[in-house]
Amino acid sequence: MSVTEERSTGTLDVARVRADFPILSRTVGDKPLVYLDSAATSQKPQQVIDAESEFYANHNANAHRGLYMLAEEATAMYEDSRAKLARFIGAPDPATVVFTRGTTESTNLVAYAWARRSLKEGDEILLTDMEHHSNIVPWQLAAHDTGAVVRYVPLTDDGLLELSDLGSLLTPRTKLFAVTGMSNSLGTLPPLPQLVEAAHAVGALVLVDGAQLVPHVPVDVAELDCDFLTISGHKMLGPTASGGLYARRELLEGMDPFVSGGHMIDEVFHDRSTWNVVPYKFEAGTMNIAQEVGLGAAIDYLEGLGMEAVRAHEEEITAYAIERLLDAGATVYGPTDVGVRGGAVSFWYKDVHPHDLATILNEEGVAIRAGHHCNQLVMRRYGVPATARASFYVYNTNDEVDALVEALVKAEGVFGL
Amino acid sequence: MALDDIYKEVILDHYKNPRNKREMPDAELSCSRNNPLCGDEITVFVHADGDVVREVSFVGQGCSISQSSASMMTEAVTGRPVADAEALIHDFRQMMAGDLDPSEDEFGELVALKGVVKYPIRVKCAVLAWDVLQEALGGGEGAAAGSAPH
Repeated sequence: MSVTEERSTGTLDVARVRADFPILSRTVGDKPLVYLDSAATSQKPQQVIDAESEFYANHNANAHRGLYMLAEEATAMYEDSRAKLARFIGAPDPATVVFTRGTTESTNLVAYAWARRSLKEGDEILLTDMEHHSNIVPWQLAAHDTGAVVRYVPLTDDGLLELSDLGSLLTPRTKLFAVTGMSNSLGTLPPLPQLVEAAHAVGALVLVDGAQLVPHVPVDVAELDCDFLTISGHKMLGPTASGGLYARRELLEGMDPFVSGGHMIDEVFHDRSTWNVVPYKFEAGTMNIAQEVGLGAAIDYLEGLGMEAVRAHEEEITAYAIERLLDAGATVYGPTDVGVRGGAVSFWYKDVHPHDLATILNEEGVAIRAGHHCNQLVMRRYGVPATARASFYVYNTNDEVDALVEALVKAEGVFGL
Repeated sequence: MALDDIYKEVILDHYKNPRNKREMPDAELSCSRNNPLCGDEITVFVHADGDVVREVSFVGQGCSISQSSASMMTEAVTGRPVADAEALIHDFRQMMAGDLDPSEDEFGELVALKGVVKYPIRVKCAVLAWDVLQEALGGGEGAAAGSAPH
């Protein structure tokens, strides 16, 4: 498969996009790499690699500390990334974006700095059965510490949230509704505006797990009106350990610190300390400066493509992948209507266990995920121990979907099905 | 690397026609464990008569490597003294770590799993049943690894 043979899909010029990603020109054995695991982590364009490298080569200093030119440059670049991230998600005030090393840390920040201070016995946290473990376990632990109760919105057979009983799950006891913006195994896009409105109507705050949403769908927190949004940088073309937490300013101001240490303080006395202003109250110690600068470059890149075009491209390739997988005899878990789903497609191919499938596909250069995807509640709901998952991003092509399906047929041969 | 290094005939045979795959409710020893990374789960039952492993069976679900390894294991240890079974577990782990290269005379069908060593990420699939057997022989009650508080 050469670049010139790629089919351009949507309004993205995918061949040009691919040329920006050096890793896509490598091979696996003698096969071209077909990377279908962007839901786990995305690949990085040269622009992001250069931004991180250029920071180290020319601007490296600690941010918010030194009084010399390098330190000023490092601080300006770090804060410039914060402003970009805030703009990217529609947050009018950059101070409402705290840098973290990703969605897991962001969720834990809220679970420690907000939930443990705010929840009491009998309060409820509402989750859904399609949450990633990182949007379940922090709440279980917070509930354990506060006496709160965790409840779950169940799923329909089609991989959607079963909302017919939402009224009995969202009650005045509900203090937080933590819900994914896009399921990492089923691909489902829950109806966020409806959920936010219903939660606010009973006085609950809403945390949207944006790990899969923010990289793939245009997001505007002001319009969405959520209270918290967690953001993963490495899933949106940025470096690992980049990412952030958006929260409404008054919430951040009312919260205690999470990680404590240098820079997050205002004054330190023998017996007490006072806190820096938001967002710095939540940024203790030396942060992942070069990585957040790289994230700024990733945002520039995505904005250059246009998030509407990104979404349109993924709808098209996801529709094609689902059609081809179903035609090949695979069972697809999750909705098949691309209007209500993103590009993470879980499936089981005939009787080939997902692990075996992943090993055999690797021989064809095709990289997919196999396992429970940190979604054990989903696996249990649909009665499977694991699934295979192909997930798509800006650089994937229909030709790569074809390569996936051809490799499935090879797997069938190995197992003599 | 070639796929027939890992998916050998004997492995596929044990996967499709697993030996001793059944519950043994009256077994003196049993142990369950899951592989939290992949969702594979396995329970091993051991009917031990004094110092001898009389019968071993397993149930569970998993990939061809974990299931065939479990199947071959039940045949390899049945009828052996417990001490021999434990020595075999040790040697099997050594083989899967690439530190032991037994011949077919010494190891029988189990040598088929040697090819898995070239796929480091799959080694844990091959070793899972053996870990569970060792825990069962040690009298482990077999709680699933790493259970959460809720």
